[in-house]
Amino acid sequence: MKVLMFGWEFPPYISGGLGTACFGLTRHMSDQGTNILFVLPHIKDEPVEDSFLELVAANKVDISDAKIKKIARGEPLKFFMVNSPLRPYMTDNSYLSKLDAIRSINERISKITHRKITPYSVLDTSGEYGRDLLTEVSRYAYIGGYLGATEDFDIIHAHDWMTFPAGVEAKKASGKKLVIHVHATEFDRSGDNVNQQVYDIERYGMENADRIIAVSHRTKNIIVEHYDQDPEKIIVIHNAVIKEEKLAHVRSRKGFSEKIVLFLGRVTMQKGPDYFIEAANLVLNSMQNVRFVMAGTGDMLPRMIERVAELRMQDHFHFTGFLRGVDLETMFSMSDLYVMPSVSEPFGITPFEAMLYGIPVIISKQSGISEVLTHVMMVDFWDIEKLASCIINVLRHPELAETLVESGHNDLEKISWHHAARDVINLYKEMLG
Amino acid sequence: MVSVCFYFQVHQPFRLRTDYNFFCIGKNHVYEDDKANREIIGKVAEKCYLPANRTMLKLIRKHKGRFRISYSISGVCLEQFEKYAPEVIDSFRELVSTGCVELINETYYHSLAFNFSRQEFREQVQAHKEKIRKLFAVKTTTFRNTELIYSNDVAVEIEKMGYKTILAEGANQILGWHSPNYVYQPAPCYKLNLLLKNYRLSDDLAFRFSDRNWDQWPLSADKYAEWIHKVAGNGEVINLFMDYETFGEHQWADTGIFDFLLHLPEKILAHPDFRFQTPSEVASSYQPVAKLDVPYFISWADVERDLTAWMGNSLQDSALQMAYSLETLVKKSGNANLIHTWRKLLTSDHFYYMCTKWFSDGDVHKYFNPYTSPYDAYVVYVNVLNDIKETLKQLEVLN
Repeated sequence: MKVLMFGWEFPPYISGGLGTACFGLTRHMSDQGTNILFVLPHIKDEPVEDSFLELVAANKVDISDAKIKKIARGEPLKFFMVNSPLRPYMTDNSYLSKLDAIRSINERISKITHRKITPYSVLDTSGEYGRDLLTEVSRYAYIGGYLGATEDFDIIHAHDWMTFPAGVEAKKASGKKLVIHVHATEFDRSGDNVNQQVYDIERYGMENADRIIAVSHRTKNIIVEHYDQDPEKIIVIHNAVIKEEKLAHVRSRKGFSEKIVLFLGRVTMQKGPDYFIEAANLVLNSMQNVRFVMAGTGDMLPRMIERVAELRMQDHFHFTGFLRGVDLETMFSMSDLYVMPSVSEPFGITPFEAMLYGIPVIISKQSGISEVLTHVMMVDFWDIEKLASCIINVLRHPELAETLVESGHNDLEKISWHHAARDVINLYKEMLG
Repeated sequence: MVSVCFYFQVHQPFRLRTDYNFFCIGKNHVYEDDKANREIIGKVAEKCYLPANRTMLKLIRKHKGRFRISYSISGVCLEQFEKYAPEVIDSFRELVSTGCVELINETYYHSLAFNFSRQEFREQVQAHKEKIRKLFAVKTTTFRNTELIYSNDVAVEIEKMGYKTILAEGANQILGWHSPNYVYQPAPCYKLNLLLKNYRLSDDLAFRFSDRNWDQWPLSADKYAEWIHKVAGNGEVINLFMDYETFGEHQWADTGIFDFLLHLPEKILAHPDFRFQTPSEVASSYQPVAKLDVPYFISWADVERDLTAWMGNSLQDSALQMAYSLETLVKKSGNANLIHTWRKLLTSDHFYYMCTKWFSDGDVHKYFNPYTSPYDAYVVYVNVLNDIKETLKQLEVLN
């Protein structure tokens, strides 16, 4: 079986869980005999290490105007051609303009001083994609149509809203069936401030799909309630974790004795970084031998740094910016507790990774991952008192931490990308009859 | 007679490594970016300090003692000259040896210590005095606080410490209808003389000289001397205070700033009632015309001329609070290295980089700013302070 798959990010070019999930899923699907042509916008020049699937960078596809016209024989997708400085994981435009200001000032100055722009910044978003997102989505959709007309495959699979139009175009060009895979909805990303254009694209994808994969029952419910889709059309396939990728549980030597409580993820409304900070403040009222780390970047980061400064937590709260590679592993291996206080998390893959490092985790009840973890501390994201007391309990009682780690391992035993991949392949088979 | 009084500020901070991250805390005690600091000192020495000093020396010789100027060179800057560009020290020595150059005292670390620790302030002033004495064999009698930060309290402290003259910004909010072109006395003082920067004439050189949108561009020495001469009859001293980097760095050589400088003294001296004097000479030549009450802090920074470039936003206040909270413990360690390292972290530039007043003054704040954003400046700085705190624990000063 050959799948034409559209993604938005893929290791090592990732800024969120979507890339990690695509990686885990496709690897196990190809292990189980599926051929995947994975289409990715804007792949950078570096070589890709994992070659178990065929990667096509959308901006490298040779596609002349004539060809575009030929394949875009249907009506043009009008609502994609909107000028909007939107990014996959960004919602706050004031942050964008701030960042732009920072960059432009920095560029002007570096011209004067002949100095290169400093390569490191906690606000660095280079792990993410270009700014005129809807235009990109639209361009990507044309390429989707082209590939649909020229490539040989049995079924189409599109991951998250940015790729839905490409999936739909490929379906139109080829007449093959389309599966769309919902890793997150606009309601998760933006809460009450839903971007209507993004919502429209999501809904358009769902309407045109033959089947929908949701990463959790939580997400399935949102799709039914907010996007008015038939529950029968939706199948829940939970995410998993790539176990063999992790290092042994070596503890990195810390330069200090305090325990570390880790927040790792995009610093956006959806992830609840502000609740983490307020809980940290409460924890510090009753214990001092702890340090909190916020690893990641996002539109809320400047405000979060200011809040930590305001609360005068400067000697117990640290920011690392976006971590990758060895730094990411080091961060996990140094940590004593992982907290995911997400406001709305369709799945949330990072707690798995923390558990693989033998770190106890606290997750919010508003996350899809809570559907597959049976022995885990769970709090409502807004309940900072409860979160603070959970953090204190885990840090003060090593036996509790140990129990959490052990039961987490038991949960992990049952979870595997192998099962998820099998479920996806079975879905394909069912669809192809 | 009207005196023209030049004072030039010479300062460069020890900039921190922008990659000093969370993982360094407790393990890595190398905070400074030696390479960047060496490069910046080298570059500014070549573009500004050395050619400007040569020009000044030429002028002093040409006018046979009638061209007189003053400098304040921060201790951290002198240290970097010694380390990276000793020829700059030699060149300043040559200037001082002419007898036409006064050296001004400041806090060794170019710090905000006066606002946070009186004890630390006094120690830093003393340290700078010593450094100047050692390097240049002169005794200082004039004081300027970091970035011309000034208030009645600063004046009282400085008078107590035995200084005769202090410099400040001629800010509108303190002068009111007064002219900056006279010697004043700080309201609570009896001996100390106060010299106020004429910010219009100073900034014509420091900021506007090469501005092509300025209606007076291009500025010639003739025209500028004419403006100076207009003060005749309604003032006794014109205080032209500015960063020394104005010559060759803020205003590049190709703007004509050095040619301008080379001709300015003769144009000014062409008027028989005008002369050049250093701050201490001005103070002994004129009587204060009035007492000046400055109950709150002023500075020469930004359009506000207040302290908001270094403190007031949460990042700055958090960083400052942590920095000064370590004073007692750092000193208790008795570890000279650690004390010196901590003090270098008190340099005002670190807090300047955390300023979020972007659009009006952001450009100036970005001058040789190693960081991408004020948030990065804060994160790196606080990481370093956390490492100092860990070091104190390892030395068992803090438990």
